[in-house]
Amino acid sequence: MAAIVGPGNIGTDLLAKLRRSELVDVRYMVGVVPESDGLTRAAELGLETSADGVDWLLTRDRLPDLVFEATSAKAHAANAQRYAEAGITAVDLTPAALGPFTCPVVNIGDQLDAPNVNMITCGGQATIPIVHAVSRVTPVPYAEIVASVSSRSAGPGTRANIDEFTETTAAGIEKVGGAAKGKAIIIINPVEPPMIMRDTVFCAIDPDADRDAISESIHRMVSDVQVYVPGYRLKADPQFDDPQPNWNGRARVAVFLEVAGNGDYLPTYAGNLDIMTAAASRAGELLAEKIISDRKAVRA
Amino acid sequence: MGTWDDTEREVRLVDTSLRDGSHAMAHQFTEANVRDTVRALDDAGVSLIEVSHGDGLGGSTFNYGFSLVDERTLISAAVDEAQRAKIAVLLLPGLGTVTDLRAAADLGAGAVRIATHCTEADVSIQHFQAARDLGLETVGFLMLSHMSTPEDLAKQGRIMVDAGCQCVYVVDSAGALILEDAADRVAALVAEFDGQAQVGYHGHQNLSFGVANSVLAYRAGARQIDGSLVALGAGAGNSPTEVLAATFHRLGITTGVDKDVLMDAAENVVKPFITRLPVMDRSSIVQGVAGVYSSFLLHAERAAERYGVPAHEILYRCGERRYVGGQEDMIINIALEIAEERQATV
Repeated sequence: MAAIVGPGNIGTDLLAKLRRSELVDVRYMVGVVPESDGLTRAAELGLETSADGVDWLLTRDRLPDLVFEATSAKAHAANAQRYAEAGITAVDLTPAALGPFTCPVVNIGDQLDAPNVNMITCGGQATIPIVHAVSRVTPVPYAEIVASVSSRSAGPGTRANIDEFTETTAAGIEKVGGAAKGKAIIIINPVEPPMIMRDTVFCAIDPDADRDAISESIHRMVSDVQVYVPGYRLKADPQFDDPQPNWNGRARVAVFLEVAGNGDYLPTYAGNLDIMTAAASRAGELLAEKIISDRKAVRA
Repeated sequence: MGTWDDTEREVRLVDTSLRDGSHAMAHQFTEANVRDTVRALDDAGVSLIEVSHGDGLGGSTFNYGFSLVDERTLISAAVDEAQRAKIAVLLLPGLGTVTDLRAAADLGAGAVRIATHCTEADVSIQHFQAARDLGLETVGFLMLSHMSTPEDLAKQGRIMVDAGCQCVYVVDSAGALILEDAADRVAALVAEFDGQAQVGYHGHQNLSFGVANSVLAYRAGARQIDGSLVALGAGAGNSPTEVLAATFHRLGITTGVDKDVLMDAAENVVKPFITRLPVMDRSSIVQGVAGVYSSFLLHAERAAERYGVPAHEILYRCGERRYVGGQEDMIINIALEIAEERQATV
């Protein structure tokens, strides 16, 4: 049983996704603003809702096993300890990054017992799987990603602290993607109608690396991500370039991605927001599966 | 390190040969290039000299091109050579960070120019605040200004000024503004700021209006004007600094810069080392027509060669899709699309 804290656009879209889950049953939606549209919508769907924040949540007769935090880094930093003390596993969609970085298709298997997992950034969820797809075949001394998002989908939090995006994503490319060094770039484009999220991944590779194996690994990874993000696709086959001056003798593979959202609550162009809620939902399901199997083990 | 007294000139010429010029040089400046150019500009009386990767701090990447020499080494060398001039760095939020800015300030940079797309100024607030805390002179760049109206541009400029920016530039990144297009935008910013901040103008030569627009920008109230020696810059290049100096001299508008020393610098310092003299060729003219970020030029030429499709077609498509500065990665994708379409029709 689960709760969502933060009834904004992200929390509402996440709820839409989790309502399709057979493993995660969201019963509570928690906010801090009584007139929140998100709380009203959740109440209409039959959830117990409150604008009294985490204090309310933690005084329920039945506490959730899982909480999805879609507030802010600051709010999550204040709440995380309280969830942990109450024995609630937290899936953190904020940039707080208190728990280990999680990308469901790459490393969640290592984190099923963590009390708190962090979903990195939207650009990270879109590109880290590809970096990993390359680094599982051949060493990647350097990986660079360029995320282009529509102006409408870049919220005030992202805008006020855009360095947090570039630095956190770069760290995720290294720690989860497996590149020795990571670099992240974000571009905000105001074109109307809004552009669908685009991501480009460049990985430095050995000139003699097995290009067919890398390509095959990338295609396989894209299929794996499509399980939870159906609008995730390659715009072209991976492009290989031989070493050029200033590439330190390395060759390069370039991967061009488009991330369309599922249109659950957020618009389809906002693939950057959708991939966060989709990844959090997927992480939640895998954590729920573990919680359920642990309980069965205890009973047995 | 002293700087020029602002009261001695009516307009300040800012030189960006060592930043915008980095695009035309495919980011291959040597330390000697930087030292020689800074020395010459400083001798001529240029009070602000920009030195960075073409795409600003942290721009040395696969997407924009790796620098031959680490920009921090180049910034340091520039600071070392400048007797009177201040060294400025460029920062594009989303690419460069406050950490990069702090490092540049530690090396002795005295000013930062923070650039955003012309509708997205709010991503620069944290960087302006950090720059002011570091005691840097602050300049804002509203890139691809042709994509916005004068009124909307003024509102975006206001966001930068409120964040601590001392001079906001109308930046014609695509060389797409023609005469009153430039003057009207400058006038709107001047009216909005009402003396709280200066206005600047940065022109490109794609349609050959760099210098003419600069004169009109001055008349509309701009007090800082960008140029590059021998026009060294993205696309068909920038307004040549030596031509700006000569033109303002002819108009009797004081710049505090010695036009003859600048002409000598252009002819005898920069021209000998550059690998490509910017020209108004088909691709760069298309950039002006279609409103494409000037630094896409070399990337489009490279993709054109790699995939056997025309560079100008790639650039037209970049314009149709309204890609903004920084989306160089899309160029390869477009080249692949065009190549595929051609194959399908054969």
